[in-house]
Amino acid sequence: MEEAHLKIFRGDRDSGAFQDYAVPLHEGMVVLDAIHFVQAHQATDLACRWNCKAGRCGSCSAEVNGKPKLMCMTRMDQFPAGTPITVAPMKAFPVIKDLVCDVSWNYEVNKRIPPFNPRPPEADGTWRMHQFDIDRVQEFRKCIECFLCQDVCHVLRDHDKKDSFAGPRFLVRMASLEMHPLDVTSRTAYIKDQGGIGYCNITKCCTEVCPESIHITDNAIIPLKERVVDDFYDPVRRLVRWLTGQQ
Amino acid sequence: MDRFETHSYDILVVGAGGAGLRAAIEAATQGASVGLLCKSLLGKAHTVMAEGGVAAALANTDARDSWQVHFRDTMRGGKLLNNWRMAQLLAQEAPARVNELEAWGALFDRTSDGRILQRNFGGHQYPRLAHVGDRTGLEMIRTLQDKTVQQRSLDVYMECTVARLLKDGDRISGAFAYRRDTGRFLVLRAKAVVLATGGIGRTYKINSNSWEYTGDGHALAYGAGADLIDMEFVQFHPTGMVWPLSVRGILVTEGVRGEGGVLKNSKGERFMFRYIPEMFRKDFADTEEEANRWVADVIAGRKAEVRRPPELLTRDVVARAITQEVREGRGSPHGGAFLDIASRRTPEEIRKKLPSMFQQFHELADVDITQQAMEVGPTTHYMMGGIRVHPETQAATVPGLFAAGEVAGGLHGANRLGGNSLSDLLVFGRRAGASAAAYAKARTGEPQVRTDQVEAIAAELVVPFERAGEENPYAVQEALQEMMGTYVGIARSEDDLKHALAEIEKLRARAARVRVPGHRQYNPGWHTTLDLDNLLTVSEAVTRAAIERRESRGAHTRVEYPESDKRFGAVNVIVRRQGETMAVVQEPLPQVPDELKPVLAGEA
Ligand SMILES: Cc1cc2nc3c(=O)[nH]c(=O)nc-3n(C[C@H](O)[C@H](O)[C@H](O)COP(=O)(O)OP(=O)(O)OC[C@H]3O[C@@H](n4cnc5c(N)ncnc54)[C@H](O)[C@@H]3O)c2cc1C
Ligand code: SF4
Ligand code: SF4
Ligand code: FES
Repeated sequence: MEEAHLKIFRGDRDSGAFQDYAVPLHEGMVVLDAIHFVQAHQATDLACRWNCKAGRCGSCSAEVNGKPKLMCMTRMDQFPAGTPITVAPMKAFPVIKDLVCDVSWNYEVNKRIPPFNPRPPEADGTWRMHQFDIDRVQEFRKCIECFLCQDVCHVLRDHDKKDSFAGPRFLVRMASLEMHPLDVTSRTAYIKDQGGIGYCNITKCCTEVCPESIHITDNAIIPLKERVVDDFYDPVRRLVRWLTGQQ
Repeated sequence: MDRFETHSYDILVVGAGGAGLRAAIEAATQGASVGLLCKSLLGKAHTVMAEGGVAAALANTDARDSWQVHFRDTMRGGKLLNNWRMAQLLAQEAPARVNELEAWGALFDRTSDGRILQRNFGGHQYPRLAHVGDRTGLEMIRTLQDKTVQQRSLDVYMECTVARLLKDGDRISGAFAYRRDTGRFLVLRAKAVVLATGGIGRTYKINSNSWEYTGDGHALAYGAGADLIDMEFVQFHPTGMVWPLSVRGILVTEGVRGEGGVLKNSKGERFMFRYIPEMFRKDFADTEEEANRWVADVIAGRKAEVRRPPELLTRDVVARAITQEVREGRGSPHGGAFLDIASRRTPEEIRKKLPSMFQQFHELADVDITQQAMEVGPTTHYMMGGIRVHPETQAATVPGLFAAGEVAGGLHGANRLGGNSLSDLLVFGRRAGASAAAYAKARTGEPQVRTDQVEAIAAELVVPFERAGEENPYAVQEALQEMMGTYVGIARSEDDLKHALAEIEKLRARAARVRVPGHRQYNPGWHTTLDLDNLLTVSEAVTRAAIERRESRGAHTRVEYPESDKRFGAVNVIVRRQGETMAVVQEPLPQVPDELKPVLAGEA
């Protein structure tokens, strides 16, 4: 049977190294299958996260040959036969063990975002919204919180600005609240100050890795930047928006 | 005990899927302090994978719908073995629960007049499933998760597994857990515990479930002395992927059939017309022309006046039909049936309504579902059976213990309708949270936890590191899964089931010889070893209950008793712990009250 050679990071916060494993290949196999094979047969204590095995839950994020990927959606047959495949944990977050890293910072950022705050409902207690009003927010709500965009963004990855920049995932989330047709809270001050949107220089690396194909930069970050500019650097536009009640 | 991290709450909620989150929100809103635990990260529970939608008689898409029709569909789908009161509450309260999600920020797909759009699903008479494309569960879990983390007096413990429930006399007093990342132990005192741990799918090899579904809640409750009910009813979803091997079992949403997809065998026949059960004959089309007219009406957004296609029969019926086609030599190349949406809808429609299915087949199976048929076959999907609860308070038979969601039993009877799980989580999650809060408030005195008990549990949990033995936990788990699939699968016989019991004993002996290398920090081998005990307990419960029910009904098929039997239609099979043995008894099913009988008969 054909075999693949994997170099998997084994270690923890303090130390670690890539170790070699050989795994039999079968049709349709994905990287997560290979990791599970190693777990079952060669290293029962190899740590990784997964749940759905179908690209839905965003648990199995890792760097495969240096690229941020969902392991369950990365086919083995796309790699050239014979060359080893490296699998490493996401680099932007501290390693806990092997392929598992500490992503708790993301949950802290999320908790602080000013929550959804709808306008009063209609007489029957519900709201009317048209599909075309919600299409763009539905795009943002596809996010599976894999944090691959956070991993690849240089502001977090290379400059570790976790104290002052929320990262693309949470700019997407802020956009989904700002552009929600029912929401009445303004978050532009928050997006500017706590969100640190000014750190983003639109390199679009986040958009490239998003497994849900969310247009993070074009549809979320750039429009948010425009709102921030309108509200803080263009008093006339701000007044017009305020007067017309435009969201 | 001081050596363990210790916390106290009014209420512990075990599980952060839809049921656990909804329970936690409710309990916190009622003023209780809440500790919420889950095995994975927040937002990764099973609920995130739900595709098709949440069933609620909003009557937005078809004004003829009502709670009465939803109630009847649910009872008929469950082959009348459901707890009628739970089915009634589900049907009555689901619309308010779905609307509430919208008030919390969820965005469902819309009708042309701006309301929540609903789709057709198996066993539901009218289009009833509120949905977001084929990622409804994601919308639901994210909405609940974001609401949960805004609650004061609520702490979330991610990647923490509850290993035992603690009792003070005969009442619940908390739980013992371990942190998966560090391996450290946690003692959590609480006045009440809500179990919302989901299902048991990992007892079978081919399943649509994640590593989490090892029946922990079922086993924890059983261990604490609570009754389990309907354990013989395991749902095999008719359409899981069958090829390639690495995706075998992954779900193909019923939404495909709801959107007009048809099932065919290798001869190109739409075989479902041959499998319409007597009970449903007057509700389903018996010709292709009629079935196609229905689809055309639905696509055009017209009220369908003709009968529904037989592909939309309940899951138990469709799963058995596919199995039979394969057995009689008319299966697809990899042992399934063909599910074809490509010839029914335009590529644009398919990509819009079923985006995840499109992506899943495109990336994992090299199949373009807008052009080709999918190969599908049955996969273990859902557990109807579970902890026996009071239909209104969700209280289990042990004081201080509550259960909601997939881990609770009774609502779905012998077969669950698609979409009814998501509404179950909301309706009964809320109820469980509210009644646990009320129970905690009424309870005087602090719950006591005994040091010797806690020390003993801690010692038991580390045994796999210390004992001599050479079994591999993954190998034992796989052997169990193979065995359950072979002997306790879709078609069951007494011989097979008895054989399974003997095998479970052997596997238990093997599990007791598992030794895990490494240390306690994020060690999946160790976690799998601990989960194995739960899998074995649940496997035994399913097998024993299956032996007891000598009839075929819903998801449970006994080859020696191919028909339903009135006597068994009037009883639930209950499993409970008696000392060290598992007792199985029959108890009468609560009877539908007279005022609901006309509703059930479709006369009201
Ligand atoms: C692929 C797929 C598609 C589906 N589609 C639909 C659909 O369209 N409509 C529908 O109605 N239903 C659907 N279902 C079924 C439905 O999704 C599930 O039944 C439902 O989500 C279960 O929710 P829950 O809250 O009970 O449990 P889950 O969402 O599974 O959550 C269980 C929680 O318990 C935690 N837990 C378990 N054991 C422990 C322990 N020992 N200690 C601590 N925490 C623990 C887990 O970590 C998790 O957080 C689908 C299921 C699958 C698999
Ligand atoms: S576009 Fe902005 S957020 Fe995205 S990776 Fe580049 S700097 Fe980061
Ligand atoms: S925006 Fe995309 S890449 Fe970022 S967390 Fe969400 S799904 Fe992942
Ligand atoms: S396991 Fe869920 S995204 Fe990979």
